[in-house]
Amino acid sequence: MRTVLAAVALCIAGFAVSAAPTRPIAPVDDAVITAKGMPKKLSDFGFFKDASGWQPNKGVELYRLNSALFTDYAEKYRYIYVPAGQQAVVDDDGLLQFPVGSALIKSFGYEIDGQDRLLETRVLLHRADGWIALPYVWNAEQTEAVLKVAGKRVPVTFTDPSGATRNISYAVPNKNQCKECHSLSGAVVPIGPKMRNLAHDTLDMLLSNAMLEKPDRDHPPIPDYADAAMPLESRARAYLDINCAHCHNRQGSASNSGLFLTYEEESPVHIGVGKRPVAAGRGSGGFQFAIAPGQPDQSILMHRLKSLEPGVAMPEVGRSLVHDEGAALLGEWIAAMEE
Amino acid sequence: MIRTLLAATALCCSMPAAAKTITVEAGADAQERLQEALILAEPGDVVELGAGTFELTDGLSLDVDQVTVRGAGMDKSILSFAGQLGAGEGLLVTSDDVVLRDFAVEDSKGDGIKSKGADRIVYHAIRVEWTGGPKASNGAYGIYPVEASDILVQDSVVRGASDAGIYVGQSKNIIVRRNTAIENVAGIEIENSFDAEVTENLVTGNTGGILVFDLPNLPQMGGHNVLVARNAIIANNTDNFAPEGNIVASVPAGTGVMVMANRNVQVVENAMINNGTTNVMVVAYTQSFDDPNYDPTPRDVYVADNVYGRAGFAPDFEGGKQLAAAFGGALPAIVYDGLGKGLIVNDAVQVLNLGLTRVGQPPTEAKPSLHRQDGAGETVALSPIVLPASMEAALK
Repeated sequence: MRTVLAAVALCIAGFAVSAAPTRPIAPVDDAVITAKGMPKKLSDFGFFKDASGWQPNKGVELYRLNSALFTDYAEKYRYIYVPAGQQAVVDDDGLLQFPVGSALIKSFGYEIDGQDRLLETRVLLHRADGWIALPYVWNAEQTEAVLKVAGKRVPVTFTDPSGATRNISYAVPNKNQCKECHSLSGAVVPIGPKMRNLAHDTLDMLLSNAMLEKPDRDHPPIPDYADAAMPLESRARAYLDINCAHCHNRQGSASNSGLFLTYEEESPVHIGVGKRPVAAGRGSGGFQFAIAPGQPDQSILMHRLKSLEPGVAMPEVGRSLVHDEGAALLGEWIAAMEE
Repeated sequence: MIRTLLAATALCCSMPAAAKTITVEAGADAQERLQEALILAEPGDVVELGAGTFELTDGLSLDVDQVTVRGAGMDKSILSFAGQLGAGEGLLVTSDDVVLRDFAVEDSKGDGIKSKGADRIVYHAIRVEWTGGPKASNGAYGIYPVEASDILVQDSVVRGASDAGIYVGQSKNIIVRRNTAIENVAGIEIENSFDAEVTENLVTGNTGGILVFDLPNLPQMGGHNVLVARNAIIANNTDNFAPEGNIVASVPAGTGVMVMANRNVQVVENAMINNGTTNVMVVAYTQSFDDPNYDPTPRDVYVADNVYGRAGFAPDFEGGKQLAAAFGGALPAIVYDGLGKGLIVNDAVQVLNLGLTRVGQPPTEAKPSLHRQDGAGETVALSPIVLPASMEAALK
């Protein structure tokens, strides 16, 4: 499996090279990444060789996660850029610490009328004074993405994995909403690229490209929550970790809730078992506990996961659809808990 | 004079030189124009809201320090979230030294205005309202500062919150002064917080008027040092409309002031009139919990110099009616569950002691009697809350 993926990655790289025009392509503009200010166009950075944002430039590498955040069934394409000659290092918690000048780039899109279309590309830029998150929205012609600090709603019709047609008002987050998830102790940080959540082939790629210093210890991976072969408990916890724990941790936006959903959390009540709501308001749905063991239909966590109502729905931003597969997984997990 | 001058100097020094005013008018694309202004504002700037109704489709947020958001008045500049499609609140503030004043937030789907980790925040002459009156489908909190130090809420109006109109949680150094809280489940609630003054507010038509609570399993627990003084707490008899599960859903309709699982709370010089269950209730947290660091009992609660009107004529808890009958038709002005320690009542009113002996015991096991205290009790006055001069100056 791993070899196949590596071969696919190689093919993509090969394709990119062969498709490149003969004139030299300008490299990623390091100065634009590190300078103050907010570039108006995505193309100002030079992350992509083509105007349509599909072919990463030299030094911009596609990467994969074991478990990914649900965003309205959007396809996501993730890239890491580390300035030439520099490396990310792994800290004691298994988080990747990127050098100043690095960027994380994530494009979101759907297959619409048989064609892959990009809606938005979010960038995280590591500057001398910290990380900054900026959202860029693609034009209808798919030739440029422009900065929309205030975010935007885009009507989208697409076919979900079950084959159903979905009409949604897709929400591109505003700059502050980026921070709501990408926040630890009030500072913007990357959330996806953790050692335990990077796919094997991605780690191999980062190491072989010398973009990452070889870590001095192992960081056991969390499973892919969609992998039914893995134990239910760890799949459910992986799902909560990647979808909820950016806010629901002791240093995150939802720190005041007392509900902490990181993969490492050990206290049952902080994971939600027998935990009463604090500031849930009508989000409680009339239920007593975040998780009522054995009773998913009596659990606030399920109620909020299955709701589309603002003020009830969790996460609060970035979701206008219910993730049916995710809800089914968590429902199964709660149902299996001893009452 | 010298003090004013010093305050003015402090204010000038803290303002960056190029501070500017960014005016945003109501009208088409209000969402994008206002959100963009809040994002592009720089420290020291004023974002000025024109008069009119801003029809918004998503939550707004502010994450820049030292910004003032100022409207033309709480009845003139209205942020309407009736058409909100996303976000957990109308306006979210996550930066320090922010002043919010003279505008309204209406009909947000979740909370009205939330400020999280936003130190030295001032809410002045803000109105947060659910315009359809009290309903379970209204958002939870109107004005909602949480996890912060130095909070001032003054001259504001909150109405219709399905939890608390003004809710200060897990914070320190707090003044809630001269506000009006009407037709919320809880008018004003101070929860898991240290050092707060709730003074000179009009609290009426809520389910419970002013609540001082501490809850388990939260990052900040051990609420203490709360002064509830010189408030008018009148006819808080609205049926509880909180969604079940929320802790305030258990507050009996007709509660004036409720102190639960808190320490060093002083209820003084208030006017408490026409609250159907009782004017003051002092109780332990009754739900089961698993948290060795949490004390569920009330301790050192001091009640003195209040003015009492009629109360206890419609007790809204199990066995309440029978108890009221036993006391000649109405419950006493103060109800105490008998748990914890150090309740002092210096007012010439009856205090019902339910005589519970353990936390979580149902009221059906009450052994009611009148609370006895030998003579006037003593306490030490709480230290006045002092906020940074820049905050009081922002009220000018």
